[in-house]
Amino acid sequence: MNIVVCVKQVPDTSDPDTEVHIDGTGRGVDQSKFSFVINDADNYAVEEAILLKEKHGGEVTVVNIGGEAANQVIRMALAKGGDGAVRLDDESFVYSDVVATARLLKSAIKDLGCDLVLTGCMASDDGYGAVGIALAQMLEVPHAAYVKTVEVVDDKKLKVGRELEGGLLEMNEIEMPCLLAIQTGGNEPRYASFKGIREASKKEIKVMDLAATGLSADEVGESGSVAVMTQYSVPEVGDLAEMIEGDPAETSAKLANILKEKGLV
Amino acid sequence: MGDIFVLAEHREGELREVTLEMLTLAGQLGGNVVCVLLGSGVDDYASKVAGYSDKVIYIDDPIFANFNAMAYQAALSELIKSEKPSVTLIGNTGQGVDIIGSLAVELEVPFTTDAVAVTLEGDKPVVTRQYYGGKINGNINFKDADTYIIGVREAAIPAGEGGKSGEVAKTANPVTAEITARKFLEYVEAAVGDVDITQSTLLVSIGRGIREDKNMPMVEELAQLMGADISGSRAVVDAGWLPTDRQVGISGKTVKPKLYLALGISGAFQHVTGMKGSDLVVAINKDPDAPIFQYADYGIVDDLLKVVPALIDKLKEMKG
Repeated sequence: MNIVVCVKQVPDTSDPDTEVHIDGTGRGVDQSKFSFVINDADNYAVEEAILLKEKHGGEVTVVNIGGEAANQVIRMALAKGGDGAVRLDDESFVYSDVVATARLLKSAIKDLGCDLVLTGCMASDDGYGAVGIALAQMLEVPHAAYVKTVEVVDDKKLKVGRELEGGLLEMNEIEMPCLLAIQTGGNEPRYASFKGIREASKKEIKVMDLAATGLSADEVGESGSVAVMTQYSVPEVGDLAEMIEGDPAETSAKLANILKEKGLV
Repeated sequence: MGDIFVLAEHREGELREVTLEMLTLAGQLGGNVVCVLLGSGVDDYASKVAGYSDKVIYIDDPIFANFNAMAYQAALSELIKSEKPSVTLIGNTGQGVDIIGSLAVELEVPFTTDAVAVTLEGDKPVVTRQYYGGKINGNINFKDADTYIIGVREAAIPAGEGGKSGEVAKTANPVTAEITARKFLEYVEAAVGDVDITQSTLLVSIGRGIREDKNMPMVEELAQLMGADISGSRAVVDAGWLPTDRQVGISGKTVKPKLYLALGISGAFQHVTGMKGSDLVVAINKDPDAPIFQYADYGIVDDLLKVVPALIDKLKEMKG
């Protein structure tokens, strides 16, 4: 089974020390203090791809849109068991929306002849949750979103569990080739081995610029987009909590007293 | 402003609340509110949504007994082409997200997802979305088009009282071709564990701020001292530090304890949706901008790894 897995590099906003500040353009955020990681859901998609490869054979190709810095997340996916990679990199790709992003991914994937495309179900930075599903339509293959369990039925079909609200799993049978947008928590993403990391440094990352995609400039970036985020703003904040001030000894004492007064401890 | 389509969402014999929220939003936008109901033998839903709609397009077909993205997309695509609504609203839910992107690409219609607010500039919708886990907002500028598709976040816009009485137009399914590439099989309920956190009086709830599972014993000690149960955010459950049935939020449980003590939880909407009905919320988080403080009654901006041990000492002192 040949698998493509799409990965995005995102700021590590899970780190409680990462603060998000709008930059001078109003269309970006100050990235100077960010550390960058693979998008959480994409990490689960990579693991799912490698698990399927280990069980059923085939090759895993990692696809990314990003600058050279994104090689870090690509190399890590290769170290875990990916066989090759494509990185789409061109100045004209900046400000691509969901549609332009999916179009770019399609240009890299369409000739790979894969049985399965995996994406994360959502990116932690912009949270559209739509690129995979749009990409499936462009590739003219069936898809499933929020996939938490994947089981191979036979060489033409998969059984997938989609996670809905309340944790309910909606079980579906889906024909390959298809695209699955993978939810977090369905597997246990592995750590790359030292041997894997060494080998990954020798694997090829093919870089595609605009010309290599075969797309025109008005199909990518802002001009190729249908819904562009044009202005960030600081959200209006509702009534904030009453803040308990002081060092840990003071705040914990005050909190303990509040809980006691309310009869909660 | 012409018709505003709202796709009704239902699951396992229940019309989901997001339907009424979107119908309310459509009414506020001022267009002709048309609810599209795809179901099988769900006349009772048709009467319910009619109370919020100027018209209900009800397609009664066994293929819609359970959600199937391909069947939904095929029918919606035909309806949008024939009825030409100005805007189509679809819940940004487990079902909706499974069709929004593909439907919009098929129809070549500008779209966006997870709207928390929608307004109009002339006939063109302007969508507000959240970015970076709710820390900042962003406005979406659509390319000019005759129609738009918008995914609307669940529980972002409160459902109103309705007050309309639209006609229910039973319509034949415009799609008769059999769907074979994807089939609905069954629902599998989430596993139930030893503690039902929806019944807990006191919850100590943990998020990524706990950092490592070696800090779990500290949390367990605190919970034991308080007589509280432990719950957590998706991240903590994904990491395997808590079982799935302890997850609070949209894809987990909705809890209403007397006290919800949120330790190192940033408060993304997926989590907050599951706990905002708690009587008293206390949040401890290092980040003063964490959205959780908007939902808390009391807040401490500090590292939970420093505050919790001190709190354990204080509670022990109190108990003598």
